Amino acid sequence: MNLMHPDPPQPSDGMIICNDVHKWFGEFHALRGITTTVQRGEVLVIFGPSGSGKSTFIRCLNRLEEHQLGQITIDGIELTSDIRNIEAIRSEVGMVFQQFNLFPHLTVLENITLAPIWVRRWPKGRAREVAMDLLERVGIVTQASKYPGQLSGGQQQRVAIARALAMQPKIMLFDEPTSALDPEMIKEVLDVMMELAASGMTMLVVTHEMGFAREVAHRLLFFDHGQIVEEGTPEHMFNDPQEERTQQFLAQILS
Amino acid sequence: MVVERPVERLGLIGWLHKNLFSTWYNILLTLLSLALIVAVVQPLLIWVLTQAEWDVVMVNLRLLLIGFFPLDQIWRVWVCLAATMALLGLSRGIWPHIVGGVAPVYGAGLLLLALLPIELNQRLWLVLCGGLVFAGAALSRFLVQRSNQRIIGWVAMGWVLLLPLTLWLLRGFGLVLPVIETSEWGGLLLTLVMAISGVVFAFPLGVLLAIGRRSELPAFRWFCTISIEVVRGVPLVTVLFMFLIMLPLFIPGSESTDNIARAIIGLTIFTSAYIAENVRGGLQAIPRGQFEAAKAIGLNPVFSMLLIILPQALRIVIPSNVNQFISLLKDTSLVVAAGGGIRELLGMADSLMGQAEFQGKQAEVLLFAGLIYWILAYSLTYVSKRLEQHIQRHTT
Ligand SMILES: Nc1ncnc2c1ncn2[C@@H]1O[C@H](COP(=O)(O)OP(=O)(O)OP(=O)(O)O)[C@@H](O)[C@H]1O
Ligand SMILES: [Mg+2]
Repeated sequence: MNLMHPDPPQPSDGMIICNDVHKWFGEFHALRGITTTVQRGEVLVIFGPSGSGKSTFIRCLNRLEEHQLGQITIDGIELTSDIRNIEAIRSEVGMVFQQFNLFPHLTVLENITLAPIWVRRWPKGRAREVAMDLLERVGIVTQASKYPGQLSGGQQQRVAIARALAMQPKIMLFDEPTSALDPEMIKEVLDVMMELAASGMTMLVVTHEMGFAREVAHRLLFFDHGQIVEEGTPEHMFNDPQEERTQQFLAQILS
Repeated sequence: MVVERPVERLGLIGWLHKNLFSTWYNILLTLLSLALIVAVVQPLLIWVLTQAEWDVVMVNLRLLLIGFFPLDQIWRVWVCLAATMALLGLSRGIWPHIVGGVAPVYGAGLLLLALLPIELNQRLWLVLCGGLVFAGAALSRFLVQRSNQRIIGWVAMGWVLLLPLTLWLLRGFGLVLPVIETSEWGGLLLTLVMAISGVVFAFPLGVLLAIGRRSELPAFRWFCTISIEVVRGVPLVTVLFMFLIMLPLFIPGSESTDNIARAIIGLTIFTSAYIAENVRGGLQAIPRGQFEAAKAIGLNPVFSMLLIILPQALRIVIPSNVNQFISLLKDTSLVVAAGGGIRELLGMADSLMGQAEFQGKQAEVLLFAGLIYWILAYSLTYVSKRLEQHIQRHTT
């Protein structure tokens, strides 16, 4: 082996590797050194008070926000401002937003087939087949030709999940996917997410649905002031949290 | 079980009561309006039907409609009109909720005009054009019912090709179809050519300027912003004057270029600045989440603009852009004020009024021109309103 040109450090089995990630909005230090590794197939729940940087963190993972210091490596590709890397990573990473963000001028089916057709360059027929399978999976196959504005919030969020899955991503990011939903619709969305987790998808979920976290998460991250204050398995976090801030916050939201 | 919502049936009395006489101030307003209508409309109607001498319009009909377009080549104009009417009819069959009453009213109007005392030849053309509206509507309705979707693509293509083919046919080429210089075009024909060309060119230009004004590249952004603001700060007459009169003085050789083409360039540049501002408003109304969702599924900026952002932004600004088109339609008359000897509909009316033999008959000519502007402008408003309602109904 040529010692002058050693092999680059091999990515471990980590699907997402964050090393000392910092992010500022102007003067405001929103992420203060996030270091964590997410394994393939791991389900991670991120929680913490409002403004603690949860959204900012997962938005850095598909470059909706740009981190200014540290490294983020997704499935072996480092996120830099190289546009090709960004596009490659975005097509591997699906995202589901709190406000659904479906495209209101397109039907449900068109919402789902858009990216496969225009980004993946699949033929229309194949994109449609995959989309119909996904709609079947999220339980709204009968609504394919409706427009988002004609669906309930829970249905819209399930379409949004199907839209993200249509790109066959390796990672799914969820930013408070049930916070904008009426209580009776939360379960239908969580059920879809549980099924997805069971299928082995790598998932990062910002949520305060602690029932979901307890049942599905492999690991929980507690965020405060742009830092990971504490992390651990659901048993650890719910039964034996070490940090005072974690205890306080959990006491608040579980009461 | 499906239960229909009961339809309210008011009857005439009920309707009158609900809409015109429900409260004391409603009654007052109704009576006042009625008095006003009687006071204004009655004398107008009396004048139109008994006193006005419409022969001034009849005698000059050709000048008002097509200017000095040679009579032996007039079939070209008829062919263009026939093609337009056929497309209108076909569209009515495909999109009945959008085209609505415009097609049958135009068709019936053309058939009625055939009753006027005109040459047999022209009468036959009128019957053909009117008939094509109804035939086109019947044909496309039949095809759509048979779920033949290809007709939709053909009709859309027809509309796209209509303007270039029309201009090409009207102007002619070489020996087979002798060239008719645009200096011989005039009247309503010229108004339509200038307004439609203007909007067709101004629309894409305006959209580009609007996108450019939000661009992240400073040079491009400044260029777009400055162009928009300079043009918006200047009256249209000035812009037209620039292109019709000043340009030939500055750029040697350009005086031999087509007057009409220069007028269209002026109208295009002027209109595009306003369209750009409308579209910018539409772009601003699109929530950030739409841009983010488009990025998150991996669309590049161009696709994201073309597939996600623009379709939504343009829908929002349909009404304001149609208003802009209506303004353009009427503002084409300003080419007369700018000089250059162009005689579109109002310019032609104006030069007729200047002639001694038509002294005292200005009102007839102006009313006729006004009526034509109104019919065109109202059709546009009507279709754009229905288009909006259609989009509204189908996405919520
Ligand atoms: N585009 C921005 N410009 C300036 N400041 C921002 C921006 N986005 C977020 N912030 C700030 O960064 C901090 C972290 O925001 P973030 O949205 O990540 O919080 P969060 O943990 O997701 O909170 P929430 O539970 O309310 O969604 C907040 O103080 C917020 O005000
Ligand atoms: Mg958030």
